Amino acid sequence: MLSFFWFTGLLISLAILCCLYRAIVGPGIFNRVAALNVIGTKTIILLVVMGYFFERPEFFDIALLYAMLNFIGTLVASKYLEKGQLWS
Amino acid sequence: MVIVDRIVILIVLAGTFVTLAGAIGLLRFPDFYTRLHATGKCDTLGTGLILTGFMVFHFVHYSSTPLVPIKVLILIIFVFIANPTATHAIVKAAYRTGVRPWHLGEKRR
Repeated sequence: MLSFFWFTGLLISLAILCCLYRAIVGPGIFNRVAALNVIGTKTIILLVVMGYFFERPEFFDIALLYAMLNFIGTLVASKYLEKGQLWS
Repeated sequence: MVIVDRIVILIVLAGTFVTLAGAIGLLRFPDFYTRLHATGKCDTLGTGLILTGFMVFHFVHYSSTPLVPIKVLILIIFVFIANPTATHAIVKAAYRTGVRPWHLGEKRR
Protein backbone atom coordinates (compact mmCIF):
# COMPACT_ATOMS: atom_id res chain seq x y z
CA MET A 1 0.00 0.00 0.00
CA LEU A 2 2.91 2.35 0.69
CA SER A 3 4.28 1.91 -2.83
CA PHE A 4 0.83 2.69 -4.20
CA PHE A 5 0.85 6.01 -2.31
CA TRP A 6 4.24 6.74 -3.85
CA PHE A 7 2.86 5.96 -7.31
CA THR A 8 -0.14 8.25 -6.78
CA GLY A 9 2.11 11.09 -5.65
CA LEU A 10 4.28 10.58 -8.72
CA LEU A 11 1.29 10.77 -11.10
CA ILE A 12 -0.07 13.91 -9.42
CA SER A 13 3.39 15.50 -9.65
CA LEU A 14 3.31 14.72 -13.39
CA ALA A 15 -0.05 16.54 -13.65
CA ILE A 16 1.46 19.50 -11.74
CA LEU A 17 4.32 19.61 -14.28
CA CYS A 18 1.77 19.75 -17.15
CA CYS A 19 0.03 22.69 -15.46
CA LEU A 20 3.36 24.40 -14.74
CA TYR A 21 4.06 24.50 -18.48
CA ARG A 22 0.76 26.36 -18.99
CA ALA A 23 1.55 28.70 -16.09
CA ILE A 24 4.94 29.65 -17.56
CA VAL A 25 4.22 29.71 -21.30
CA GLY A 26 0.47 30.43 -21.42
CA PRO A 27 -0.48 33.55 -23.41
CA GLY A 28 -2.14 36.20 -21.33
CA ILE A 29 -2.61 36.66 -17.61
CA PHE A 30 -5.87 34.69 -17.31
CA ASN A 31 -4.29 31.43 -18.44
CA ARG A 32 -1.65 31.86 -15.75
CA VAL A 33 -4.20 32.53 -12.99
CA ALA A 34 -6.24 29.49 -14.03
CA ALA A 35 -3.14 27.29 -14.10
CA LEU A 36 -2.15 28.50 -10.61
CA ASN A 37 -5.62 27.61 -9.33
CA VAL A 38 -5.30 24.11 -10.78
CA ILE A 39 -1.82 23.69 -9.27
CA GLY A 40 -3.20 24.67 -5.86
CA THR A 41 -5.98 22.09 -6.08
CA LYS A 42 -3.51 19.35 -7.00
CA THR A 43 -1.28 20.44 -4.10
CA ILE A 44 -4.16 19.68 -1.71
CA ILE A 45 -4.30 16.10 -3.00
CA LEU A 46 -0.53 15.81 -2.76
CA LEU A 47 -0.59 17.00 0.88
CA VAL A 48 -3.19 14.36 1.84
CA VAL A 49 -1.16 11.66 0.06
CA MET A 50 1.93 12.79 1.99
CA GLY A 51 -0.02 12.65 5.23
CA TYR A 52 -0.82 8.98 4.63
CA PHE A 53 2.65 8.20 3.28
CA PHE A 54 4.46 9.52 6.38
CA GLU A 55 1.56 8.55 8.72
CA ARG A 56 1.30 12.07 10.09
CA PRO A 57 -2.25 13.44 10.24
CA GLU A 58 -1.02 17.03 10.79
CA PHE A 59 -0.77 17.36 7.02
CA PHE A 60 -4.59 17.46 6.74
CA ASP A 61 -4.73 20.76 8.64
CA ILE A 62 -2.16 22.21 6.27
CA ALA A 63 -4.26 20.93 3.36
CA LEU A 64 -7.37 22.69 4.73
CA LEU A 65 -5.46 25.95 5.18
CA TYR A 66 -3.99 25.65 1.71
CA ALA A 67 -7.44 25.09 0.19
CA MET A 68 -8.80 28.25 1.82
CA LEU A 69 -5.76 30.35 0.84
CA ASN A 70 -5.92 29.10 -2.75
CA PHE A 71 -9.62 29.95 -3.04
CA ILE A 72 -9.21 33.45 -1.60
CA GLY A 73 -6.15 34.11 -3.76
CA THR A 74 -7.95 33.15 -6.96
CA LEU A 75 -10.97 35.29 -6.08
CA VAL A 76 -8.80 38.33 -5.26
CA ALA A 77 -6.74 37.95 -8.44
CA SER A 78 -9.82 37.67 -10.66
CA LYS A 79 -11.50 40.67 -9.01
CA TYR A 80 -8.35 42.76 -9.42
CA LEU A 81 -8.05 41.75 -13.07
CA GLU A 82 -11.70 42.57 -13.71
CA LYS A 83 -12.00 45.98 -12.02
CA GLY A 84 -8.43 47.25 -11.94
CA GLN A 85 -8.60 47.88 -8.19
CA LEU A 86 -9.58 45.97 -5.09
CA TRP A 87 -11.44 48.54 -3.00
CA SER A 88 -14.13 50.30 -4.99
CA MET B 1 -9.05 -6.29 4.38
CA VAL B 2 -7.52 -7.17 1.01
CA ILE B 3 -10.78 -6.56 -0.83
CA VAL B 4 -11.15 -3.13 0.76
CA ASP B 5 -7.56 -2.36 -0.25
CA ARG B 6 -8.40 -3.25 -3.85
CA ILE B 7 -11.51 -1.05 -3.78
CA VAL B 8 -9.42 1.85 -2.43
CA ILE B 9 -6.81 1.34 -5.16
CA LEU B 10 -9.57 1.33 -7.81
CA ILE B 11 -11.16 4.57 -6.53
CA VAL B 12 -7.81 6.38 -6.22
CA LEU B 13 -6.70 5.22 -9.68
CA ALA B 14 -9.96 6.51 -11.17
CA GLY B 15 -9.40 9.88 -9.49
CA THR B 16 -5.80 10.03 -10.71
CA PHE B 17 -6.96 9.27 -14.26
CA VAL B 18 -9.52 12.10 -14.14
CA THR B 19 -6.90 14.50 -12.72
CA LEU B 20 -4.39 13.61 -15.45
CA ALA B 21 -7.10 14.04 -18.11
CA GLY B 22 -7.79 17.53 -16.75
CA ALA B 23 -4.09 18.41 -16.85
CA ILE B 24 -3.79 17.21 -20.45
CA GLY B 25 -6.88 19.25 -21.31
CA LEU B 26 -5.28 22.34 -19.78
CA LEU B 27 -2.20 21.63 -21.88
CA ARG B 28 -3.85 20.86 -25.23
CA PHE B 29 -7.07 22.82 -25.70
CA PRO B 30 -6.93 25.83 -28.04
CA ASP B 31 -8.58 28.56 -25.97
CA PHE B 32 -8.92 29.97 -22.47
CA TYR B 33 -12.60 29.06 -22.08
CA THR B 34 -12.13 25.50 -23.33
CA ARG B 35 -9.18 25.03 -21.00
CA LEU B 36 -11.29 26.06 -18.02
CA HIS B 37 -14.05 23.78 -19.28
CA ALA B 38 -11.58 20.91 -18.95
CA THR B 39 -10.05 21.79 -15.60
CA GLY B 40 -13.05 23.14 -13.71
CA LYS B 41 -14.81 19.79 -13.72
CA CYS B 42 -11.92 17.35 -13.81
CA ASP B 43 -10.21 18.88 -10.78
CA THR B 44 -13.35 18.79 -8.67
CA LEU B 45 -14.19 15.19 -9.54
CA GLY B 46 -10.58 13.97 -9.24
CA THR B 47 -10.10 15.56 -5.82
CA GLY B 48 -13.40 14.13 -4.61
CA LEU B 49 -12.59 10.60 -5.79
CA ILE B 50 -9.04 10.50 -4.41
CA LEU B 51 -10.00 11.92 -1.01
CA THR B 52 -12.98 9.53 -0.78
CA GLY B 53 -10.61 6.63 -1.36
CA PHE B 54 -8.29 7.82 1.39
CA MET B 55 -11.25 8.27 3.75
CA VAL B 56 -12.28 4.63 3.23
CA PHE B 57 -8.66 3.56 3.75
CA HIS B 58 -8.50 5.44 7.04
CA PHE B 59 -11.78 3.95 8.29
CA VAL B 60 -10.49 0.42 7.69
CA HIS B 61 -6.83 0.60 8.68
CA TYR B 62 -6.73 3.24 11.44
CA SER B 63 -10.08 2.60 13.10
CA SER B 64 -8.78 3.75 16.51
CA THR B 65 -8.89 7.41 15.38
CA PRO B 66 -12.29 7.84 13.72
CA LEU B 67 -12.34 11.64 13.97
CA VAL B 68 -9.44 12.29 11.59
CA PRO B 69 -11.34 11.43 8.34
CA ILE B 70 -13.93 14.06 9.28
CA LYS B 71 -11.24 16.58 8.35
CA VAL B 72 -10.90 14.92 4.96
CA LEU B 73 -14.70 15.05 4.57
CA ILE B 74 -14.67 18.78 5.37
CA LEU B 75 -11.92 19.15 2.76
CA ILE B 76 -14.05 17.35 0.13
CA ILE B 77 -17.10 19.53 0.85
CA PHE B 78 -15.01 22.71 0.74
CA VAL B 79 -13.40 21.77 -2.58
CA PHE B 80 -16.80 20.89 -4.07
CA ILE B 81 -18.09 24.35 -3.13
CA ALA B 82 -14.99 26.48 -3.71
CA ASN B 83 -13.50 25.14 -6.94
CA PRO B 84 -16.48 25.83 -9.25
CA THR B 85 -16.85 29.25 -7.63
CA ALA B 86 -13.23 30.14 -8.38
CA THR B 87 -13.58 28.91 -11.97
CA HIS B 88 -16.73 30.99 -12.42
CA ALA B 89 -14.99 34.08 -11.01
CA ILE B 90 -12.04 33.75 -13.42
CA VAL B 91 -14.32 33.18 -16.43
CA LYS B 92 -16.49 36.17 -15.50
CA ALA B 93 -13.45 38.41 -15.13
CA ALA B 94 -12.06 37.26 -18.48
CA TYR B 95 -15.39 37.75 -20.26
CA ARG B 96 -15.88 41.25 -18.89
CA THR B 97 -12.36 42.35 -19.84
CA GLY B 98 -12.96 41.27 -23.42
CA VAL B 99 -11.26 37.93 -24.01
CA ARG B 100 -12.97 36.64 -27.15
CA PRO B 101 -13.96 32.98 -27.50
CA TRP B 102 -12.22 30.83 -30.07
CA HIS B 103 -14.01 29.88 -33.29
CA LEU B 104 -13.30 27.03 -35.64
CA GLY B 105 -10.64 27.88 -38.19
CA GLU B 106 -8.87 30.55 -36.14
CA LYS B 107 -5.33 30.30 -34.89
CA ARG B 108 -4.68 28.54 -31.55
CA ARG B 109 -3.85 30.85 -28.70
